[in-house]
Amino acid sequence: MAILETRQLTYTYSIGSPFEKTAVDHVDLKIEEGEMVGVMGHTGSGKSTLIQHFNGLLRPTSGQVLLDGQDIWADKKKIRDVRFQVGLVFQYPEYQIFEETVFKDIAFGPRNMGLDDKEIKRRVLETAHDIGLREELLKRSPFDLSGGQKRRVAIAGVMAMEPKVLILDEPTAGLDPAGRDKILSHIKRYHERRKNTILIVSHSMEDIAGFADKILVMNKAKLFCYDDTEKVFGRAEEISEIGLDVPQITKVFMELKKQGLDFGKEVYTVPYARDLLLKHLHGKAGDGQC
Amino acid sequence: MLRDVTIGQYFPGNSIIHRLDPRFKIVITLIYILMLFTGSNVVCLAVGAVYTLIAVFLSRIPLKMFWKSVKPLLPFLLITAVLNVLLVDSGDVYFKWKFLKVTEGGINISVFMIIRIVLLIMGSSLLTYTTSPITLTDAIERLLSPLKLLKFPVHELAMMMSIALRFVPTLIEETDKIMSAQKARGAEIDTGSFLTRAKNMISILVPLFISSFRRADELATAMECRCYNGGEGRTRLRQLKASARDVIALVITLMFYAAAIAVSIIFKHLMK
Amino acid sequence: MENIIEISGLHFSYPSDGDTEPAEVLKGIDLTIKEGEFVAVLGHNGSGKSTLAKHINAILLPTEGKVVVDGIDTADESRLFELRQRAGMVFQNPDNQIVSSVVEEDVAFALENLGVPYEEMRRRVDESLKAVNMYDYRQHSPSQLSGGQKQRIAIAGIIAMQPKCIILDEPTAMLDPQGRREVMATIKKMNREQGITIVLITHYMDEAAQCDRVVVMDKGTVALDDTPREVFSHVERVMEIGLDVPQVTELAWELRKAGCDIPQDIITEDECVAAIQKLFAAK
Repeated sequence: MAILETRQLTYTYSIGSPFEKTAVDHVDLKIEEGEMVGVMGHTGSGKSTLIQHFNGLLRPTSGQVLLDGQDIWADKKKIRDVRFQVGLVFQYPEYQIFEETVFKDIAFGPRNMGLDDKEIKRRVLETAHDIGLREELLKRSPFDLSGGQKRRVAIAGVMAMEPKVLILDEPTAGLDPAGRDKILSHIKRYHERRKNTILIVSHSMEDIAGFADKILVMNKAKLFCYDDTEKVFGRAEEISEIGLDVPQITKVFMELKKQGLDFGKEVYTVPYARDLLLKHLHGKAGDGQC
Repeated sequence: MLRDVTIGQYFPGNSIIHRLDPRFKIVITLIYILMLFTGSNVVCLAVGAVYTLIAVFLSRIPLKMFWKSVKPLLPFLLITAVLNVLLVDSGDVYFKWKFLKVTEGGINISVFMIIRIVLLIMGSSLLTYTTSPITLTDAIERLLSPLKLLKFPVHELAMMMSIALRFVPTLIEETDKIMSAQKARGAEIDTGSFLTRAKNMISILVPLFISSFRRADELATAMECRCYNGGEGRTRLRQLKASARDVIALVITLMFYAAAIAVSIIFKHLMK
Repeated sequence: MENIIEISGLHFSYPSDGDTEPAEVLKGIDLTIKEGEFVAVLGHNGSGKSTLAKHINAILLPTEGKVVVDGIDTADESRLFELRQRAGMVFQNPDNQIVSSVVEEDVAFALENLGVPYEEMRRRVDESLKAVNMYDYRQHSPSQLSGGQKQRIAIAGIIAMQPKCIILDEPTAMLDPQGRREVMATIKKMNREQGITIVLITHYMDEAAQCDRVVVMDKGTVALDDTPREVFSHVERVMEIGLDVPQVTELAWELRKAGCDIPQDIITEDECVAAIQKLFAAK
């Protein structure tokens, strides 16, 4: 069964004012449990509005959001529980840190859940480990840490609620390549261990290409597509037309195809491109050498 | 929720009121307030009301907007009106119950006071609706500039004011964002007991303060890099030029003031 | 051509705040930049690239060594404003460098500070706004603009000073792809049409690849300094520093490692397409 589902989800900002704008327009979507989903779309495409519906921060103007088959707005009083089950990490989350120690800040969510101290401690230690924060850092003030570490503290704060679905809005924004790779690999490891559902919003198709099972693309408030990564890359040309950046390597293979060199596969990572080329260069043998 | 703040909101437009020199607009508003407070009877306020309605009409701002700025003060107005009605004891008695008395004087004073305050709010709203905050700040700086001779930091205050205005939308947006982020971690901000809400406010205020300090620091560096060195020797892109229009508006206002006084004196004589 | 920036033997340490040792951020930098050059300073966080940028504008002064910009020693306090007019600086966060609530007044800010007379100020503000393609927005409030537009306003505010050189400290780090493209296009235009020297601090290799010259910083020193093509052909070294190379360069490097006869200095898609076709033609 789908863990998250939307039915004709529509959201309109500032109804009745001159600034009225439909940010999400009749979106139908089913996200299966345990999937790693990349969410794409340029600024103003409605992707940020969409993800804020998944944990009930925004209430649909019309349509439904279902978590585990239940309408999350069926009982308004339970909306806070939905927020514990669908964790949302905002963009630049390090700016939300406020406690005096790293431990306390990670524990803020679990404490709001009403867990006991022992359980809170277990969760904080486990998530700190998952996200690659050494234990001695937990006693330090979060404000003394480096930018990348702060970002990981903030992500851990949401992970520690052990949500069934974890949504990260551009977790790598503003980081350098090393910081970006580190965060992405920790998220990937966390996903492999917990097998929970993860949605990552990103502007970079290159980042997403490396690990997403599926890709969701929003365009002009509508769902442009939601499909397996390879199939989405099969529509690279359309995606580039709606203003999103397609990885350089994909562009190269698109051009090769135009010029008559068709490998019959969608290419979106460098290792895959290398293997594919080597295989074709040698015929079928493929010992990985030229 | 935070975005719905309307007090002091500016409505861009190109009406004759919008185009008046902001310095004149401030002075005119001050004269207007004086008119409302020196007028001592209903007839005098009627002149003020006519003046206000003409100005509102000329500004092309829908009356609805003025209602919006009066509305939040209604409870306050009603309470004071009721107190006045019940406690003022003069003239004919219309109704009496134990120590409470409704008298002609009480009703007069209540009506008078409500009209006066509504006109006051409308007039000052008209100033802020038709003048952008930044223009207003600029005009205040220029009106106060003689105080520089007394070593009063006019430029610094105006600069502070305009930077504050510049960052209001930024900080509102930021507050919204931090609130959503903490709500996503289960902080109860709109619901829950007063104590939990107060405690959760800390989770919003701390990040907000930290980011404001960071912004202030970065802005200061950016300003220095653009050669900011206080008010000494600065020139301005924004030029304020008073025209005949502004002088005419001022004269008309003064004429209304004179008319209000004249009418109230005549009215007093007639009442005798 | 003349050198506009001359940095020699530059060392810099942040002063100790009591309980920590003063950390040396820049460890002996020698660098000269010629007038009209378009230089990227590429490095990871903490490599010292932003600290270096702040020296060109005298926001920081060297602990040791010398920085001379257009003949002005940055340590010469009496010529500070002159220096900052000739070498303007654009910062990372677009919100934290816009002073005014009206776009055109923000662009005029530096000119107001310098006491430029009204007529000339008006002309220069309009020209600058047109140069960054934001003239139609001159009466807007910055809060109505996108990140890329705000950065272009910040650039206009610097151009209005008619500088010889602009230093941009990670101007695109907080922008979406659309904003990044806008800012890059604007910077390139300034360099090409007005001959302004550009020093672009960045950690995006695709931006560095568009420059004439790339200076790679690592641990407070200059690790590589050459054309983008030369720099990125050192794939292993660049990756070891913690930076990316273009995907096409990485692919060529991987194929070479596997024994294919493919040039190592590929940095554009077209070059990559041609090289792969050649490989298959030779088969």
